[in-house]
Amino acid sequence: MAETIAWQESLVPVAGLQLRLRRAGKGPPLLVLHRDTGTLEQLPAYAELARHFELLLPEHPGYGQSERPTWMRSTRDLAMVHRWLLAELGLPKAALLGLGFGGWIAAEMASMAPLDPAQLILVGPMGIRPPEGVILDQALVSHIDYARAGFHDQAAFDALYGADPSTDQLVEWDICREMNYRIAWKPYMHSLTLPHLLGGVRAPTLLLWGAEDRVVPLAAAERWRQAMPRAQGETVAGCGHCVEMEKPAELVRLVTTFAQRG
Amino acid sequence: MHIMYFTEQPMSAYPAEEGLKFGATALMFPNTHFDPVAGSRLYNEFIEQYKLAEAVGFDGIMLNEHHNAPFCMQAKANIFASILAAITERVKIVILGNPLPLSENPVRIAEELAMIDMISKGRLVSGFVRGGGQEQLATGVNPAYNRERFEEAHDLITRTWTQPGPFRFEGNHYHNRVVNPWAVPLQKPHPRIWIPGVISKETVIWAARHRYPYIALNTTVEQTNRIWELYDRTAEEVGFTSGPEYHGYLKQVHVAETDEKAIENARQFTWMQGEFTGLAHPVWSTPSGYSSPEQRRGFVEFSIGRGSSPRRRPSFEEQIRDNMIIAGKPETVIAKLRQVMEQTRPGIMSLWANDGFISQQDSLTCIRLLGQEVLPAMREAAKELDLKSPFEAETPVSLEFSQDLRPRPAAAE
Repeated sequence: MAETIAWQESLVPVAGLQLRLRRAGKGPPLLVLHRDTGTLEQLPAYAELARHFELLLPEHPGYGQSERPTWMRSTRDLAMVHRWLLAELGLPKAALLGLGFGGWIAAEMASMAPLDPAQLILVGPMGIRPPEGVILDQALVSHIDYARAGFHDQAAFDALYGADPSTDQLVEWDICREMNYRIAWKPYMHSLTLPHLLGGVRAPTLLLWGAEDRVVPLAAAERWRQAMPRAQGETVAGCGHCVEMEKPAELVRLVTTFAQRG
Repeated sequence: MHIMYFTEQPMSAYPAEEGLKFGATALMFPNTHFDPVAGSRLYNEFIEQYKLAEAVGFDGIMLNEHHNAPFCMQAKANIFASILAAITERVKIVILGNPLPLSENPVRIAEELAMIDMISKGRLVSGFVRGGGQEQLATGVNPAYNRERFEEAHDLITRTWTQPGPFRFEGNHYHNRVVNPWAVPLQKPHPRIWIPGVISKETVIWAARHRYPYIALNTTVEQTNRIWELYDRTAEEVGFTSGPEYHGYLKQVHVAETDEKAIENARQFTWMQGEFTGLAHPVWSTPSGYSSPEQRRGFVEFSIGRGSSPRRRPSFEEQIRDNMIIAGKPETVIAKLRQVMEQTRPGIMSLWANDGFISQQDSLTCIRLLGQEVLPAMREAAKELDLKSPFEAETPVSLEFSQDLRPRPAAAE
């Protein structure tokens, strides 16, 4: 599996903000919506996906190096900014790959323009309250413990972040965390209205879940399927919340197979 | 000088070993360890302490509030303030303070405080605080908007007290269709507002810009003087000259018949010093967005044990040596307090006299000795050092209600 990727980087002005956008690869456009812990610069999954898609990896406003919108109050606001970004790029029909919290953003984007996304791929999405269990509350655990909770196999975490993540990484997680609070504090990391708004989405949808997800209980998948009855469901065995980091080959296989069929 | 009595109202009857086993005694330490029978006894003992503090000559009683932790039993400072309004006659009731961001309806706070002011016949001093980090988590309030909510709630409360109703308030965090409470403060233009704090520069500047006295909570002499420098500089910028009447200082002070006994009891002050708010997980005491961005790196390092707490407190022996904790028989304490008063020149002092497992009998003895011996000596020293309280100096309650401001220098062209 390819390891690194040569990103083309730019700042895109959207909604009065400078959004950091990285692009790489050739193929149909795929907008990758990162997690509530931000994203690493390089991931084997990104490198591999770039062989099949034109990857668009923005940093959400307020996360990483994208400017913080002090006015932003909801994940729906954030989704609108990304729709604006796609309009700016002339790619309104890009497929959406949402990772965890990014899955919530992707679902909001699809609900706003039900005909637009070529495909919708949600990986352990936040955004809907699980019928049993709760979405893990990062406010009560350390940055490292929260990031580690995304992995079933801790060796996979160590391989990407190091066994003892740097202080710079901690600072980055803290910046992400602050923005999570600003837009998704209450109700915590979910929307009470989203389940009612997903029925119109026409995009072929893949719901992908790590079988050992400790961040968003697998039980939430049931609510997603009720909200999107046409969605295809897949579970990745022996994998935690962060499928793209823990089982990248499996993720790429499922995504490319689904995209080719869709 | 205005001298207050303070106890944090510890719920000392919880099994300490359970706290050590759990690794924390705040926020998530199960409340099954709270014993309401002991709680009932302790609340009534604190009332007895407050009555004695008034009888022996304290000028004020300082109250505070915390949640989900044994180190402070007051979950609502306004409740004890209400009790004191009825059972005391003379002392100022000094709430330091109401944690404004925790409130979803600041008008309700304004109403409660107005009632306390009227029932106490105008003895309320109404401090406001942001609330500790874990208080935000305990009450489900968003820590990332803590300061915005603090400032907006403050504006709404002072308007509620001073602007005839009905009026409408549309803020970013508070939206009140009709503000028109039929309880307004007795004191005009409104009760005095004092702002307590520990390390946040923004709060010092904010207090000075409003001309509210700032009460340094148990800081070192050096920290305290740095706070005054910042406060006084800001005061000059907004057009008034600061001095002791704007400087308050909370100090841990315990008195007993002998130095040995006082030192032994004073060890109890370390009971709640595991961290700012007891033995707390640093992630809980400093949620993301709660502190200013310049402290982000320090706090994340501390949160995983890479750095020491920005609020770290030294060992008990060091604290005694550096007068952070003052303990002894009256003569010992008087000499040390005199030194601290000379070094920091406050016009308001709060004596945090009893904490942890100090017995009720020793607490009452401490209060009696403070009243009989220490307070008269402090007043003498304050006179000599010209340390006046805001009441003695008759300062205006706020910048807004000041009539003596110097014109601000015109901006350079």
